[in-house]
Amino acid sequence: MSKTSTKGIWKVISASSMGTMIEWYDFYIFGSLAVVISTKFFPSDNPTTSFLATLATFAAGFVVRPFGALFFGRLGDLIGRKYTFMATLLLMGCSTFLIGCIPSYETIGFLAPLLVLILRLLQGLALGGEYGGAATYVAEHAPVGQRGYWTSWIQTTATVGLFISLMVILVTKNTLSAEAFDSWGWRVPFWVSIAMVGVSYLIRKNMDESPVFAKAKKEGSISVNPLKESFGNRYNLKFVLLALFGATMGQGVVWYTGQFYAMSFMKTVMSIESSQVDGLLGIALLLGTPFFIVFGWLSDKIGRKYIMMGGMLLAILLYRPIYKQMYETVNLDNKIISNTYTTESDNNDKKEHYVIINNEYSDGTIAATKQISHAEKINPETQTTITINSQDKWILIFLVFVQVLFVTMVYGPIAAFLVEMFPAKIRYTSMSLPYHVGNGIFGGLLPAISTYFVTHSKEAGKSDFYLDGLWYPIIIASVCFVIGMIYIDNKDKNTHI
Amino acid sequence: MNLLKRILGILWIILSIAAAYFCIFEFGLPKLVSDKQDDLVFGIIILFILTPLIVLGLGTFGYFSLIGEYDKRK
Repeated sequence: MSKTSTKGIWKVISASSMGTMIEWYDFYIFGSLAVVISTKFFPSDNPTTSFLATLATFAAGFVVRPFGALFFGRLGDLIGRKYTFMATLLLMGCSTFLIGCIPSYETIGFLAPLLVLILRLLQGLALGGEYGGAATYVAEHAPVGQRGYWTSWIQTTATVGLFISLMVILVTKNTLSAEAFDSWGWRVPFWVSIAMVGVSYLIRKNMDESPVFAKAKKEGSISVNPLKESFGNRYNLKFVLLALFGATMGQGVVWYTGQFYAMSFMKTVMSIESSQVDGLLGIALLLGTPFFIVFGWLSDKIGRKYIMMGGMLLAILLYRPIYKQMYETVNLDNKIISNTYTTESDNNDKKEHYVIINNEYSDGTIAATKQISHAEKINPETQTTITINSQDKWILIFLVFVQVLFVTMVYGPIAAFLVEMFPAKIRYTSMSLPYHVGNGIFGGLLPAISTYFVTHSKEAGKSDFYLDGLWYPIIIASVCFVIGMIYIDNKDKNTHI
Repeated sequence: MNLLKRILGILWIILSIAAAYFCIFEFGLPKLVSDKQDDLVFGIIILFILTPLIVLGLGTFGYFSLIGEYDKRK
């Protein structure tokens, strides 16, 4: 139906993807700089600020996104896709920039964490509105039969945004001294956002409205009340529920397991040194990202359903063997110690005494176990950090890459799948909500619920307790897989583009 | 396939009730009475966001399945 030329659609893709990528960048730098932000705004010895910190993480990351989807989705179906996702871009950019400008807790007291919380909530709202707009805008420009391919470029933006946020922080850290970064340098990644948003805004400003929406508006067939038509109309509501329970719910947990749970597992359960984990995850993400496009393209040829369900099934079947292999790759019980030495030191300011036992293994692995004794505490605290060898590093990169492949299978085609499910007049609203509930709520709660399973199993004395955190994504993805396979039709799409 | 969809509707309704039990009594309420601030926020989200979503959402999905809303002919 669309007459947009290939050259024209590249402009659309560039403008949409850049803006969406920047929004993900903005969203992730808060998480990537969480440690320094907590010291500046949320001192841990104050229970109220700790509460605000938790709210800022949970509420904005998970809960507010569906509300943003409803608010901006409604706007997008009323006034147009272009102006709405320009508004979300500006809201996100300004919120991010302002977080970088807020004086610390030491300077303005409780106002500081409160302002951060409010701005973080605005970030969550903006993100909730952005994705649906970008996916809809691109899909409505894309030639029939190629929506999977073109919208898959939007699907790469979350991963690329995460990658760029890590790179900007890394460059800033390496450019400045540790003292300067801690003092003011951490604000730079937030300030950088406003320049990127400015450029993206100018590009988007010159784009045309989606041809499908423009036509509907001209014909007077746009929705008067998108929320009521999306969720108050039984015919549409059943597709919203099907999109959530048959696709986005499983996609959300697979996405979070492959990218964030894998990172958390390597850092906390396997005790691998943090920068090594970031590095190997970065390589796996880079290697895996092109497959978003591959599976988006393939979904145009063989249908969205079997690719997404295939990704879910592989994840369900292989998560436990993959994580067991990851754990065993670095398990120190399987390695032989070649050298051991101990160092001791004191920190008089903190009244702490440190004993560091360094074990060097025959395969090049190094494990440093730090015992921290405090003058006022009876039991010493123990922290182990493992520096892995090159061979183990590449094994882990491969195992994370396989998980990223699952992510690309379920996530690559999903924008086209959602867009094709709903009629143009309520598309922005109807597709945004299941996407953000699936990702924000079901996916976003994964770390907390999985940690609960692991802790429960550890207390019960199970030897493979470290694998039990995977039950949450496995159960959610299994339910989603059954619903998707039985209820979603691969051919008979409810398409109105 | 239509019959299977309808029969599974009952399963989704039962599953939504079972999920409600776990969300309220296993995850939600114990977190609310915990002393940790993280647990309190987590408990509130489980009880007031996740539980209604699963119970109402999956329950309604099950009901729609049961009455044949997802039948092929529709």
